Amino acid sequence: MARAPSSFADQVRRHPTIAIGGVTLALVALAGIAAPLLTPHDPLAINPLGSLAPASAEHPLGTDQLGRDMLARLLYGTRVSLIVGALVALLATVIGLTLGLVAGFVRVFDAVLMRVMDGLMAIPAVLLAIAFVAAIKASVTTVVLALAIVEIPRVVRLVRSVVLALRELPFVEGAIIAGSTLPGILWRHILPNTLAPLTVQATYIAASAIIIEAALSFLGAGTPPEVPSWGNMMAAGRAFFLLAPELILVPGIALTITVLAVNMLGDGLRDTLDPRLRKRL
Amino acid sequence: MIFYVIRRLLMVAPVMAVVTIVVFLLSRLGPADPAAILVGDLGSSEEIQRTRIALGLDRPLLAQYLTWITGVLRGDLGISIFTRTSVASLIGQSAEPTIVLTLATMIYTVIIAVPLGVLAAWRAGSAIDRIFMGLAVLGFSTPVFVLGYVLAYVFGNRLGILPVQGYRGIEGGIGGVLASITLPCIAIGSTFIALIARVTRASMLDVLGEDYIRTAHAKGMRVPVVLLIHALKNAAIPIVTMIGIGFGVLLSGVVVTESVFAIPGIGRLTVESVFRRDFPVIQGIVLAMSLVYVLLNLVIDLAYTLLDPRIRY
Repeated sequence: MARAPSSFADQVRRHPTIAIGGVTLALVALAGIAAPLLTPHDPLAINPLGSLAPASAEHPLGTDQLGRDMLARLLYGTRVSLIVGALVALLATVIGLTLGLVAGFVRVFDAVLMRVMDGLMAIPAVLLAIAFVAAIKASVTTVVLALAIVEIPRVVRLVRSVVLALRELPFVEGAIIAGSTLPGILWRHILPNTLAPLTVQATYIAASAIIIEAALSFLGAGTPPEVPSWGNMMAAGRAFFLLAPELILVPGIALTITVLAVNMLGDGLRDTLDPRLRKRL
Repeated sequence: MIFYVIRRLLMVAPVMAVVTIVVFLLSRLGPADPAAILVGDLGSSEEIQRTRIALGLDRPLLAQYLTWITGVLRGDLGISIFTRTSVASLIGQSAEPTIVLTLATMIYTVIIAVPLGVLAAWRAGSAIDRIFMGLAVLGFSTPVFVLGYVLAYVFGNRLGILPVQGYRGIEGGIGGVLASITLPCIAIGSTFIALIARVTRASMLDVLGEDYIRTAHAKGMRVPVVLLIHALKNAAIPIVTMIGIGFGVLLSGVVVTESVFAIPGIGRLTVESVFRRDFPVIQGIVLAMSLVYVLLNLVIDLAYTLLDPRIRY
């Protein structure tokens, strides 16, 4: 992390995945932000007379079974996927970091917390998220919370393992002997060392959250059906798969490209920020 | 050894306790009132109140949990609000396709992924390695349901050579089962192959750097013997561990993929139950699946002692 910027640029050149993933992701984000400029259509506007229209100058990707413009829905769907991915990554990282730091230093808390984390990790991710959304309420906020709960244990484990390894090192022992307070040690010595693996982990969490959000919406257990998300588009297209497979394939491919970009960014960051991890997963 | 087995068995208890608490709290802390759902939209408030008392929902949370968990421990997962039959029997009826899909995917993915990972590690840095690992990232990034639809489109819509809807049970013969699970298994397997191939490669890379591998090569042993007998055997533990951990990913994939191919398994039961707001069924499924996951990882942990004679408890 503490390398000179030129060295970082050098690393990026050596690991082109960062550039490829980053640029693709930036383009996807731009498409989402600039959606109102890229299409005149409202993603929610229904036009029963123009349903399942083929691609035309007016509707470059055609329309769905309710006559809604596919391009508009695809572009606005970018927003849902990226916002969910970013929020879940942020939320899970911040909460997981806090819990992991405390767990690494407070024995009693550690024992209880880790049992809770083990329990949460024993529930298959999609099922936990479905149960959470079904119990509370189908909304984008609930989906974000559900996915954060799914991902937090992984962050806690990562942070805790870093803390446990660092705690025994001479510079931390030195700081303890020198009379530094616990918050001081956490802030000055531990936190900076967690940043590199956490950044990498956060990108993987974003990728996983984008996939699960789409899966939940596709199953009808995620964002409410009127939200133009890629998962909802695929769900809506299911009944028309034989007639108009593009209703499902187009958002599906957009989803795959986006997740691929995030994962490539993550792999590149991993190789650059944390070379020790390169050989591992 | 026997003490280790007992200690490891005892470790299952707190994990499952947390799972049951999470599952229980989800049903009670949500805004949805189970009594109101049970009575239905036409019920009067007195009727709802009577049901609340009948269900014991007016009692303290801890008392409710204890009653519920006592039932669960006896295998009583409750009654479905929609079908009014026992949740355990509903899960039992839907289990076959899910078990077949999960096992089939697990077996074929390991058979494919481990050799790919070994090959990539052996030729680390080569074009083959980079192609395999590139494909692995693609496998990770392609959601199972998207791949499912791409496969359904190519093999069903276009070529028309494989069924893309439904499931044919074991009693109808193995041919029908295989035909109906081929596409779903390929879809579910993509993520798992990527996961196992990557961990195999990483674990093999660690082992291939060891002195005894150099010695084996120096002794003039043939490459396949060194790779498979000397290296893979010693690289096996992280791979088997990942098969256990990845089982959760696999189960999640099965749940989603069943909907793509209209397979009447646990995944479809889950989705139907969400639509029917049939929370006891969702609870039962989450509990059952988590238990399977925990038990599988228990078995794997115990199997280490067989895999690696260096591990002694």
